Amino acid sequence: MDTFLQTLKDALAIGSLYALIALGYTMVYGILKFINFAHSDVVVLGAWGSLVLSRWLEARTGSTWTTDTPAPAYIGLLVLLAAMVFCGLVGFTIERLAYKPLRKAPRLNVLITAIGVSLFLQNTGQLESLFGNRPRSIPALLPDQTLVSIGRVNVTTLDVVGLGTAVALMVLLEWLVFHTKMGRAMRAVSHNTTTASLMGVPVNRVISFTFVLGSMLAAAGGFLWSLKYQQIGQTADTSWTLLGLKAFVAAVVGGIGNVRGAMVGGLAIGSLEMFGCAYYKSSMADVYVFGVLIVVLLFRPGGILGKATIEKV
Amino acid sequence: MLPLLIGLVFAAVMQLVVKPNIGDYPAKLVLDIGIAISLAVSLTMVNGFTGQFSMGHAGFLAVGGYAAGIVTYYGSQRIWGDRATHGGILSGRPLAIDPATLPLVGHGDWLFLAALVVGGLVAALLGFLVGLPSLRLKGDYLAIVTLGFGEIVRVMIQQTNATLKPQDIAWEEVYPALPRPAGVEAVASYAFDVIDPATKLGRTVYQAVSDTPAWDVLTHVGGSLGFTGIPKYTSLFWVYIVASITIFAAFRLKQSTFGRAFLSIREDEVAAEAMGVNTTRYKVWAFVISAFFAGVAGGLFAHTLGVGLSAETAGFLKSFDIIIMVVLGGLGSISGAVIAAVVVTVLPEALRDIPQYRLIIYALALILIMIFRPKGLLGTHEIWDRAVWKRVRRRGGSEPGKAKGGSSP
Repeated sequence: MDTFLQTLKDALAIGSLYALIALGYTMVYGILKFINFAHSDVVVLGAWGSLVLSRWLEARTGSTWTTDTPAPAYIGLLVLLAAMVFCGLVGFTIERLAYKPLRKAPRLNVLITAIGVSLFLQNTGQLESLFGNRPRSIPALLPDQTLVSIGRVNVTTLDVVGLGTAVALMVLLEWLVFHTKMGRAMRAVSHNTTTASLMGVPVNRVISFTFVLGSMLAAAGGFLWSLKYQQIGQTADTSWTLLGLKAFVAAVVGGIGNVRGAMVGGLAIGSLEMFGCAYYKSSMADVYVFGVLIVVLLFRPGGILGKATIEKV
Repeated sequence: MLPLLIGLVFAAVMQLVVKPNIGDYPAKLVLDIGIAISLAVSLTMVNGFTGQFSMGHAGFLAVGGYAAGIVTYYGSQRIWGDRATHGGILSGRPLAIDPATLPLVGHGDWLFLAALVVGGLVAALLGFLVGLPSLRLKGDYLAIVTLGFGEIVRVMIQQTNATLKPQDIAWEEVYPALPRPAGVEAVASYAFDVIDPATKLGRTVYQAVSDTPAWDVLTHVGGSLGFTGIPKYTSLFWVYIVASITIFAAFRLKQSTFGRAFLSIREDEVAAEAMGVNTTRYKVWAFVISAFFAGVAGGLFAHTLGVGLSAETAGFLKSFDIIIMVVLGGLGSISGAVIAAVVVTVLPEALRDIPQYRLIIYALALILIMIFRPKGLLGTHEIWDRAVWKRVRRRGGSEPGKAKGGSSP
């Protein structure tokens, strides 16, 4: 029972992270119909941005933040917001410089460009003058207190804040997409770009907005990741690419292009991975995820919440 | 057949004339170029001809490498009782034997060739399995599935048994319950680290090689430690023979009915279907053929001196490397893929002083090429289709349109 509860907690934590990142993939896919391979690198920039800023703040205030003497709560919030703004800007720039010139190009070209952007961000981040090519650890921004204990499973502040932030952001996004004018414009562009532009929707602005939004969620994902694991791998570390791929799998499994699907898919993939690790073999985690991707694509290509599309000539 | 003969002569010249005169380090570079050419041209068959975007090519490379490695590693021990190279002059590395007494092609070379074919066939089988989803998946969905496939291969290889070399273990350790026959001291055995379910402690157990069934032995390929100890047969000769055959096959494929069907799928899948092309069948075939050549190249890679065949061989970084070659050269251009393979392999040498900028430069090149030359440097054409060559040929007196060597549409 303890194993089950512990695994459930882990699944929720990692699943909500996957969901946050998957939202970025799914929104871009919904509108531009391509896999934004550079999305996982925006997550990395979010994590490293948080690290650099919190280290700077730590030095600036002349204190050391450890799990026993963590930073005041507002610092964490400040770092999160700063990381989101930073990544939003990065996302905007990427879209303007790399993807916008290819608006009319075949989808594979955009995909290849995205791979190029991803490689560029990974390897630029590794330069000594930027983040360097070694993993570093982030100062503790949250106390590691146990709030509730169920059996032998401890629910810590970290778990609550992590899950809470992810859920709050998703609720916010849900409201933004389904209850605001911009959200309606996004859905219109996603449905049919040409018609939307004929109806007076500023397509380019909507696309930029989508990228900024997705990148901000990615930044939050990177921030929460760094809170959870403390140790942050160098930007070209393959674990980041794998994180991005798994989040993408989550988006596909949930039904790509579908905001709610990304949340469902994130939790599904997180649970699959964690329960597979706990009850079978932990070294096979990647196999479960990609295996389920292939199965889902073969038998229900639209994903859990998606609907099948018919190609028109 | 003429191109193949030229390839044979070229490969022999590479091995017998060029290699002794350029030193070991440049020779290794030339060898890497040859393998890269095979890989890039084989990926061109799927990504270039058929327009399907495979991102798991390194998976085929690794599978072919492991399969071929198993054949020579275990075959060599079965046949000769050791893991030395038993090759001839063409495979290069006669150890302490007088070159004059060596045959041109040794017994070991035949084993090596068989291993390459096995590697290719195993990879082709996997190519069939990976090609099947292309029934239903298009474009980037297929890309992500192939990428997932490469990752699955990588993890599966890590799961294999790390025990490679049997050791001589005292009889009592291997068979604690059996009395020791007179005269027997040790038994060749594999060492396994197991976790005792009762005490939860790790301990080492030994299993005699003679007790281990063949299929079980075959999973002893080094696991996460990498597959070491494969006899090193790969030489410039074999590499360039394989590269020539791959290029030749690619050209013939492009010219054949088969290849035309591939191209039609790339240009417009729906129209091809309407014209009666069985798109599913041809897409699966493209994967099978491409995987075969990637598997053979993997066999070459596995038997190269100084190469550690490991699970990372199947990782997406390796796949990206091959994709970069194909995209730079032009999706669908064989000569473009060859040129790009040379450039991408030599570039790290040119940038040796600033290795951290290498991938940044690749990345920028990819982005800029996609924006300014969306079809790659040569597009779908071959290098001799370029206007500059046509002009040269015309001036040479031959009729335009009847120019020789134009073996592309």
